[in-house]
Amino acid sequence: MDTPDTAPPQDVPPSKDDLLVDSPKGPRRGSGTSATVPALAGPQRGRGKVRIGDRLFAGSSRGSGIVLLVVMAAIAVFLTIRSVNAISHDQGNFLTTFEWNTQEGAPLSFGIAVLAFGTVVSAVIAMIIAVPVAIGVALFISHYAPRRMAQALGYVIDLLAAVPSIVYGLWGALFLVPHMLGVNAWLNQYFGWTYIFGQSQPGAQPRSLFSVGVLLAIMILPIITAVSREIFLQVPRMYEEAALALGATRWEVIRTSVLPFARSGIISASMLGLGRALGETMAVATVLSPSLLLSFHLTDPGGSTIAQNIATQFGESQGVGRDALIASGLVLFLITLLVNGGARLIIARRKEYSGANA
Amino acid sequence: MAKRIDVSGLNAYYGNFRAVEDISMTVEPRSVTAFIGPSGCGKSTFLRTLNRMHEVVPGARVEGKVMLDNEDLYGNGIDPVAVRRTVGMVFQRPNPFPTMSIKENVAAGLKLNGVRNKKMVDEAVERSLKGANLWNEVKDRLDRPGAGLSGGQQQRLCIARAIAVEPQVLLMDEPCSALDPISTLAIEDLIGELKEQFTIVIVTHNMQQAARVSDRTAFFNLSAVGQPGRLIEIDATEKIFSNPSVQATEDYISGRFG
Amino acid sequence: MSTITTSPRRSPLNGSLKERRLPRWAPAATIVVAVALAVGLGLGLDITSKLQWGLMAAIFFVVGQYLLARQVEGPRQAKNGLVSSLVWVAFLLALLPLFGLLYYTISKGAGVINGTFLTHSMNLISPNQVGGGLYHALIATLEQVGIATLVAAPLGILTAVYLVEYGTGGPLAKAVSFFVDVMTGVPSIVAGLFILTFWIVILDQQYTGFAGSLALMILMLPVVVRSTEEMLKLVPNELREASLALGVPKWLTILRVVLPTAIGGITTGVMLAIARIIGETAPILMLVFGTDVINTNPFKDPQSSLPLYVYQQYSAGTDASEARAWGGALVLIALVMLLNLVARGIARWKAPKASR
Repeated sequence: MDTPDTAPPQDVPPSKDDLLVDSPKGPRRGSGTSATVPALAGPQRGRGKVRIGDRLFAGSSRGSGIVLLVVMAAIAVFLTIRSVNAISHDQGNFLTTFEWNTQEGAPLSFGIAVLAFGTVVSAVIAMIIAVPVAIGVALFISHYAPRRMAQALGYVIDLLAAVPSIVYGLWGALFLVPHMLGVNAWLNQYFGWTYIFGQSQPGAQPRSLFSVGVLLAIMILPIITAVSREIFLQVPRMYEEAALALGATRWEVIRTSVLPFARSGIISASMLGLGRALGETMAVATVLSPSLLLSFHLTDPGGSTIAQNIATQFGESQGVGRDALIASGLVLFLITLLVNGGARLIIARRKEYSGANA
Repeated sequence: MAKRIDVSGLNAYYGNFRAVEDISMTVEPRSVTAFIGPSGCGKSTFLRTLNRMHEVVPGARVEGKVMLDNEDLYGNGIDPVAVRRTVGMVFQRPNPFPTMSIKENVAAGLKLNGVRNKKMVDEAVERSLKGANLWNEVKDRLDRPGAGLSGGQQQRLCIARAIAVEPQVLLMDEPCSALDPISTLAIEDLIGELKEQFTIVIVTHNMQQAARVSDRTAFFNLSAVGQPGRLIEIDATEKIFSNPSVQATEDYISGRFG
Repeated sequence: MSTITTSPRRSPLNGSLKERRLPRWAPAATIVVAVALAVGLGLGLDITSKLQWGLMAAIFFVVGQYLLARQVEGPRQAKNGLVSSLVWVAFLLALLPLFGLLYYTISKGAGVINGTFLTHSMNLISPNQVGGGLYHALIATLEQVGIATLVAAPLGILTAVYLVEYGTGGPLAKAVSFFVDVMTGVPSIVAGLFILTFWIVILDQQYTGFAGSLALMILMLPVVVRSTEEMLKLVPNELREASLALGVPKWLTILRVVLPTAIGGITTGVMLAIARIIGETAPILMLVFGTDVINTNPFKDPQSSLPLYVYQQYSAGTDASEARAWGGALVLIALVMLLNLVARGIARWKAPKASR
């Protein structure tokens, strides 16, 4: 059956296949140790006697689990205490104040509203642009491109997904921002009536939330593409062949057997991208000219995100001011948690369809 | 509504590797033709050339002629999608769409072909499921997922899905190899009934099965591993199993190799 | 079955296998027409942005091809063609900025990189002066990432071993698993903030490379745990049972059978985690402080780091420093690429050869 009689390599994704099959080393070494085993195994049959090796190994692996748990718990507790401390000193309302005054001396007054708005809006812009394009590119690589090209592209996309965000930030600030000028003018001219694309000062530097959103979209595009492509390739061939044999066109094959199978994977890929976009610091800090203005004119310069605000403010902050930044960090953390939790819920609900050999 | 298949001078390739060499044969309408032969002899590959499923494997191609009545499947301007609608296929492992219910599975082909009328779809679903001897077992749970059925039921569901689009020919690629004996028997009975309406071609590893269900049998062989598979002979099943004209066929059937 | 009531439209029963198809050259012709139309419109309406020309051409092509196919081939084929066009457009749309980024970085950065750039620090070089280099940043990055890996990799792998081999389903395992999930979502700036307040403010430590490593550890741990866990789960249970049935104790089974089987995947996961943290800028910015001189001791005094170097050179805003920023960015990309290649190499090298 290993010759092309049964035609295509079926339904096991190669990446998993590589690891599934036993490495030739494993069993050989295992049997090597078995020579010493009879002596050990004979007298110590009974329960209760635990070998030192076992105890050490189990203990250390258990210990590292505990270390991890403690570190995490420490972070959570620490951030919470600090945040509570900051919020109790806040003269304004932490949720609704549109200021961030944390300098020593002056009355402390700060609020998360503008920052959270900027964070969510830029991430949402990024998702709206990136997700459809990423799904398209992933489909292109998995189902449309010639095979050679697909392999090369797959590698380039993997690489781009690993390019550090500071590089995107540098490129965004020095290349993208100047080129956004024309785009903004065009949007203002034809879509100014939508309000969000209207500019209050036409021709202003496009260091805006919209530019940030576009840059974030370009940044998360390869991430979403890489994960989605992996998932499209894992759709068992037999379902695609079933559709083909019924006389389905390529698009119909994708619609009936690829997309339903991959839906939860696409969602988690998108959430991974969204998480990146929400927490991104440097790509935002280089592009945005921050201001604590809440404006729905998205192409106006200004706005601020939580992560970028922390990066620009922490150097000048002391004491409670720093705690205020921690409080904002905690909010960012919670937003990310909500997003991840939501994705997991969606995936869990659709789990009954995900088993390949159900 | 069954058509004759005439194959002449067919070669099938995977990249540069020739998997099947120079095959010519005729498949009679309203009959069952079985392909037998050792592993790797190209019988599945050949089967897949009959509805242009071979070429969906990257790098695979076909040379030669496959005439369906008087149209060459590989001729100019022939749409492979239309070919696959006309020549249905059932696979080795049952593959109902996992995200669809039983009913949706059967109706999948109709929906793709633009049949929207609910009544027509319902009728076709019932008729196809009855045709696949599955109706009585599933009529009360048509909205349950198709993946919840047993292996044999799933395979009959796949047969129902294939015959729902009313093809001319039904290709079966080892349809029973993943099933238990009782389910196998049910499928074999079904094949006997389906041949009243369809031209059926079945690949099987099980020679008893070939003897039980088929009217004609084709024996494939390869001279060595890495060599292309060839058609050794095709004849009435009785003749192949009692008095084949080629020595290699007799050796294979009597279990002397393969 | 012989009474055909449900013949689908264009039923194969009476229809021929031939479908009316557009000739092969049709898409090419549509492209030419679309581009011509876009250029004509662009010139006519005096639209300067070439981007708009391209967009118009793309829209004309997609719509034109769809209408044409609908006329000749019917709605199913037209829809199929429409999706194909859209997928191609998505691909080209993505290609533009992504390859633009790579091309721009390489063309800007390649001119800067030379022997001096790689072996000198920024000591005594003012922002608007040409020259200097990133040696100090390169050394510091390697040290910081090395320390983070040295701690996070074993800790993460052991935790994964616990989750898969020992604690399955227990309350501790569940808690650890939950926290790993939570930790995956920690934005890097928050991790940096935590170390900043805890390590530097409360414990009154210095700004050092090690402080940066601490934050990198937090970011790296969950990635290593998750990827290792996946790899260990892929090791078939039969292997474990085969070894246990020979009387091999559990810890030796894990050490000699399970881990060697999964080692390729585990290493790949670790390499990719390193590639992920090597470009982290935000926590480094907070914790390592940055310096222009070579400091090879990550435990004392501020260090620099590659991403931080890029950021600082960009912030300085002069032509010379921006050029250095591109050089740094290119070196960073090269490092990440190298790590990716090594990871792939290991994955291929350790992959079982029997399957071929």
